[in-house]
Amino acid sequence: MLVRQRRGLVELVIAIVLVAIPFVLPLLDSAPNTVNRVLVWGLFGIGFDILFGYTGLLSFGQAAFYGTGGMVTAYLLTRAGFPHVITALVIGMVSAAVVGGIVGLIALRRTGIYFAMITVAIGEVFYFVEFNPLSAWTGGENGLPGVPTPSLHLGFINIDFTSGWHLYPFIAFCYFVGIVIGLRIVRSPVGAILSAIRENPLRAAAVGHNIHGYKLAAFVIAAAYAGLAGGLLGVLQAFMPPEAFTFDTSGQLVMQTVIGGRGTLIGPLVGAGVWLFLQDFLQATLKLGATWKLVLGLVFVLLVCFLRQGIVGGVRDLVMRRSRRRAASAPAAAGAGSADITEAEAAKIAEAMPAQHHANAAYSGPILVATGLTKHYGGVIANSDINFTVNRGELRGIIGPNGAGKSTFFKMLTCEVPPTSGSIVFEGRDITGMSVTDVCQLGLTKSYQVNQLFNKLTVRENITIAALAELRGKMRLDMLRSPDSIAGLRELVVHTLELVHLTGRIDTPVAQLAYGEKRRLEVGLALASSPSLLLLDEPLAGMSPQERAETVSLLRSIARGRTLIIIDHDMDALFELAERVTVLQEGRVLVEGTPAEIKGNAQVQEAYLGGVHEEAAP
Amino acid sequence: MLTWSNFISQFFNGLALGALLALISSGLTIIYGTLGVLNLAHGAMFMIGGYAGYAAYQWSGSYTVAVIAGTLTLLVLGVLMERVVIRYFYSRPPEDQLLVTFGLAICFVEAIRLIFGSQSLVVPAPKIFAGITNMGFMLYPTYRLAVVGICAVALAVLFVVLYRTRLGLIVRAGIEDSVMVDSLGINTQRIFMVVFGIGAMAAGFSGIVNAPVVSLTPEVGEMILVQTFVVVVIGGVGSFPGAVIGGLIAGEIISLTSMVNPSYAYVMLFAAMTLVLMVRPHGLLGARGRD
Repeated sequence: MLVRQRRGLVELVIAIVLVAIPFVLPLLDSAPNTVNRVLVWGLFGIGFDILFGYTGLLSFGQAAFYGTGGMVTAYLLTRAGFPHVITALVIGMVSAAVVGGIVGLIALRRTGIYFAMITVAIGEVFYFVEFNPLSAWTGGENGLPGVPTPSLHLGFINIDFTSGWHLYPFIAFCYFVGIVIGLRIVRSPVGAILSAIRENPLRAAAVGHNIHGYKLAAFVIAAAYAGLAGGLLGVLQAFMPPEAFTFDTSGQLVMQTVIGGRGTLIGPLVGAGVWLFLQDFLQATLKLGATWKLVLGLVFVLLVCFLRQGIVGGVRDLVMRRSRRRAASAPAAAGAGSADITEAEAAKIAEAMPAQHHANAAYSGPILVATGLTKHYGGVIANSDINFTVNRGELRGIIGPNGAGKSTFFKMLTCEVPPTSGSIVFEGRDITGMSVTDVCQLGLTKSYQVNQLFNKLTVRENITIAALAELRGKMRLDMLRSPDSIAGLRELVVHTLELVHLTGRIDTPVAQLAYGEKRRLEVGLALASSPSLLLLDEPLAGMSPQERAETVSLLRSIARGRTLIIIDHDMDALFELAERVTVLQEGRVLVEGTPAEIKGNAQVQEAYLGGVHEEAAP
Repeated sequence: MLTWSNFISQFFNGLALGALLALISSGLTIIYGTLGVLNLAHGAMFMIGGYAGYAAYQWSGSYTVAVIAGTLTLLVLGVLMERVVIRYFYSRPPEDQLLVTFGLAICFVEAIRLIFGSQSLVVPAPKIFAGITNMGFMLYPTYRLAVVGICAVALAVLFVVLYRTRLGLIVRAGIEDSVMVDSLGINTQRIFMVVFGIGAMAAGFSGIVNAPVVSLTPEVGEMILVQTFVVVVIGGVGSFPGAVIGGLIAGEIISLTSMVNPSYAYVMLFAAMTLVLMVRPHGLLGARGRD
């Protein structure tokens, strides 16, 4: 967030620091090689931070790509006699990225701890493969000595980056390019989606992003950075060490990133600085010998326990808290409450953002036809043989006692769970068995019964993520593009926020919203994908009478230009809103009709009142 | 050389390794299943078990004392670790749990290195299991046969605890749905501590039992941890039977591949894991849902 506010500032500061280092650090008696190694680790860490800090995928196998990039580069430059160092580095980077893509396909089949375990195993396999089957190419346990350093021939001048401070400009330049690209990536639409995946992968998929594709992209990016860093390691040491492949390498990267601060991009560099200088200090000055690692291990454990955001994150939080306090003490706290808009205005906004999607533009029958929809969970029958048709433009209500199978029914309609049998046809197109992401892209989405928001992000960022899926499709790798340049994004976000009455809370993190506001944001997320058919699962649940009245008018205004299906227990509201009501009971359709018909229906009364009539009758 | 006797002896090696992996992995898997914490320090615990046993052996000269010492040390360490650190991480995101146990693993390894040094140490096999057994069709080191037996007994004990006691019932219920167990009025806090202790004990016990087979170094746990992960991924996270079957499969893959070409042992193990992930993403006996 800090990064986003002051664009270009971070890059400038980094550039100044990088230029200043060779003038300042020699005065402090720092070894140039330590500085160079810090930069290599920092570069390695940029990619890892995109993977872990931004996307939330903790890999313990990054050494595989570091080693691969390093070995390919070193092999080209030593055994293969390839003359050009910079090209060799690029080839090493690309090979690491390719290998990363293949490994990612396997590792990303699972998430969470499974992912962590698989990456550990994969890292270890690379280590063994490097040591044994491929030792003819990699030098086995001897590594590859004699890696040359780069030089630039610009015609009028030759620059040789030899070693120490002479090599520093080359590595510093690589780091700078790496960080500039990294910053662009995390500020791009792709970066926003990666954060969304970290916060709530389920919802990121449900608003229409191909999260598997984006995760794979993050994995490949991390592998590419690792590959370049590995290549530079060989150049830096004039030797490609086989230890680059060890689990220790992956572990050190994880620790440095956490010490420095995850989700900051420069954190890994800071962490590497702390790590390597502390190591030098503990070993050389304090004569601690091998104990240095125990000290660093303890430091790491304490940081994880007490300073979760690491050094950079801690400093950032401190700065933000201070600036927030200053902002809070300022008298200009006006406009905090949401500027309420009238229903007529809302209607105007709603008409300005009509449903965009069409699964089948030429189609003109009922928008949704479900036939024989059945869902079994083991022996439990949640839904049984439901036939359900909704016409375009309709506002349909679904009621039913608890356990009637309403939510399961919605989950099947949005393809979150596959039906045991039966079919779903949306705008004339069979969507049975499609993914929730694809269905959302076709224009069918829902708001959840239990809020599914991106909790650490702001209201604006939440809506932006949903809007991005609407405007960019389910997968696009515009990683270097600024979100500002996407046509219509701002308008879509602003309109959606106006519609759900959250304009006054635009930069508030979700965690600070009141319950009613969260419920409206929940609806807003679904709305931002401009669906032609919107399913709302208990939008009124748990609301105060005032919030309820507001939400009812919100629902009425968004019903213009789209088809709505609403589940709720609030029958008064539903009978007021809906044109037709379907009653579910025990997983079946009990009856369907206009609100008046439903109110007077004896079966419905019995379902809700549990057959009191018979028992009461003498 | 591919001969019958070679095959059978490697098969037994696989059985010994597999039984050991099964035992360690069940420790890891019941901790994860009940507490929801993947303990990256599990390998380090295995290693400490070996060293604690080594120290006890130096002092007493008795293998039995060493095994008891290794096991009890880890029970105490496990309970302490749960009380002092892990319990504060239940409500934190899973990656923080990974990070803190990873950090603890490093501290454990380095502390042991500080105390015992980096050179490899040996705990000799007890006298009754020393030497070589003539099995009629081949000669085989007695202690390795004993390892199979010892691990089988330990697994049987674990099975009885998990499937025939009240505690086991609660643990298995907790693996299914820990929120529900909590709301039934069972003190999950204490159960968590006990389970972590038992899981750590399984690692420590395996550590000292393995010490006469492979010499002790501070890094011995890291290798085992990776193998354990493969076992758990193959068997299914949180499944005790899965850990046993996965352990045996992994042990056999490593041993039988080593017979042909040792350098491919890991590649084959990994290939098996990949295959399982492709065909059954939740492991052979893993339940859907937990992730």
